Amino acid sequence: MTMATRVDGRKADEIRKLHIEAGVLPNATGSALVSLGETIALAAVYGPRMLHPKHLQASDKAVLSTVYSMVPFGTTERNRPGPSRRSIEIGKVTRQALEPAVFLAEFPKTTIDVFINILQADAGTRTAGINAASVALADAGIPMRDLVVAIAAGKIEGEYAIDLNGKEEELTDCDMPIAYMPKDNRITLLQMDGDMPLDDVRKVLDLSMKSCMQLYEAQKLALRNRWIKAAQQQEARTEG
Amino acid sequence: MSEEFLKNRDFVVPGDEILKSMDYLPGRNTYREGESIHAKKLGLTSVSGRVVSVIPLNSVYIPKAGDMVVARVIDIQSNGWVLYVSPICNAFLSLSGVRQYIDTNRMSLASVYSINNLLYTNISAVNQLDSVYVTMQDPKARKLDDGRLININPAKIPRIIGKEGSMITMIKNKSGCRICIGQNGIVWIQGREAEAVIEILRLIESQPYAEGLTDKVAKMLDNMKAEEIKDDYGDES
Repeated sequence: MTMATRVDGRKADEIRKLHIEAGVLPNATGSALVSLGETIALAAVYGPRMLHPKHLQASDKAVLSTVYSMVPFGTTERNRPGPSRRSIEIGKVTRQALEPAVFLAEFPKTTIDVFINILQADAGTRTAGINAASVALADAGIPMRDLVVAIAAGKIEGEYAIDLNGKEEELTDCDMPIAYMPKDNRITLLQMDGDMPLDDVRKVLDLSMKSCMQLYEAQKLALRNRWIKAAQQQEARTEG
Repeated sequence: MSEEFLKNRDFVVPGDEILKSMDYLPGRNTYREGESIHAKKLGLTSVSGRVVSVIPLNSVYIPKAGDMVVARVIDIQSNGWVLYVSPICNAFLSLSGVRQYIDTNRMSLASVYSINNLLYTNISAVNQLDSVYVTMQDPKARKLDDGRLININPAKIPRIIGKEGSMITMIKNKSGCRICIGQNGIVWIQGREAEAVIEILRLIESQPYAEGLTDKVAKMLDNMKAEEIKDDYGDES
């Protein structure tokens, strides 16, 4: 893999500027804002709470419901609000990416609602959404096996690169988002647009997992800042 | 993390390994995987004896038998009242859970507790998450009138109560307010100093693990008293 410079001057294995903030919405049980370059995702978690109508309940576990949507002003051309084929699919894969991490059996007959809103789209929205949802779930105090981190990698003119931005995505031959639980070394989402040889899939997976560790640390740091730093600052204020 | 570094009050997020040893047992909000104990929730570690657990920093209230809660009547049925306790479930107060005898042929249940009445009540049984029973047959249970209600993060309620009620007893005594703390995070306050008490409760909620919190709160309460006396004096002169 050569280190050709990319549109925004990044190296092939360099992710975009990352910022994660937990606890941004006071009304939600837990929430998080994730920005990866120009892509911004906001996730809110409500619950566990009662689920109605009753036929939707699962008698042995909580139902994880994930809604992915994009605000009308999130893209260069107006994005028609409301569910679409694409957003329903992404909601579903997001749920499947998060479900293995959550101890759902602890709250039978309830629902845990995860709402993901893409405030600005510049490629990699589903992975940004999963990162936001993971932090929001942890922030809500939901019992989890591990945090879930997600990143996409792709192939541009024969070169592999991590975390494509919008301009790069237009040129891409192949785009592969993954979601990953680092502790168990377990992949919970793997999708691919386009094609690449099997050997390259392994190479790109390794590349993605390495970047995932960076996101993992960032998620942890965001949660620590939310609960420990905030309390310490408050303490300092009352002292002073 | 090896055993010698294990200490209380370490911040952990879900998935973090707290320690790797078969000599310890996984307690609340932790799980064992192989030889190690991992955190299930975001919180602070706590070791007591050989049990390792995590004190959560945020949580939804999960009903537990014996808890006192502040509940609101949301529905009246032929054999009792449905109460809101937590987003996770409603609770049921049956006729046998009320102190007086009620002849349902002669009087309506609404004349005892009507919709939107607030009750400080005891959780008597939790069979499943969707069948929670409460009772007013408890010395502390009563109907609440004319107060202020606030919501506190249920994970912080134990800190507000303090060790054997030390914190809340002090707040009650120094402020002269009547306070009912529901384990479900709903707190009812009545009295002239309600506003100040709410401020103090919010402070405890925002920094639950601060050292010497009890002393700080005591000082705040004393200051409040002093200012009040000064104010009164100012009015008279």
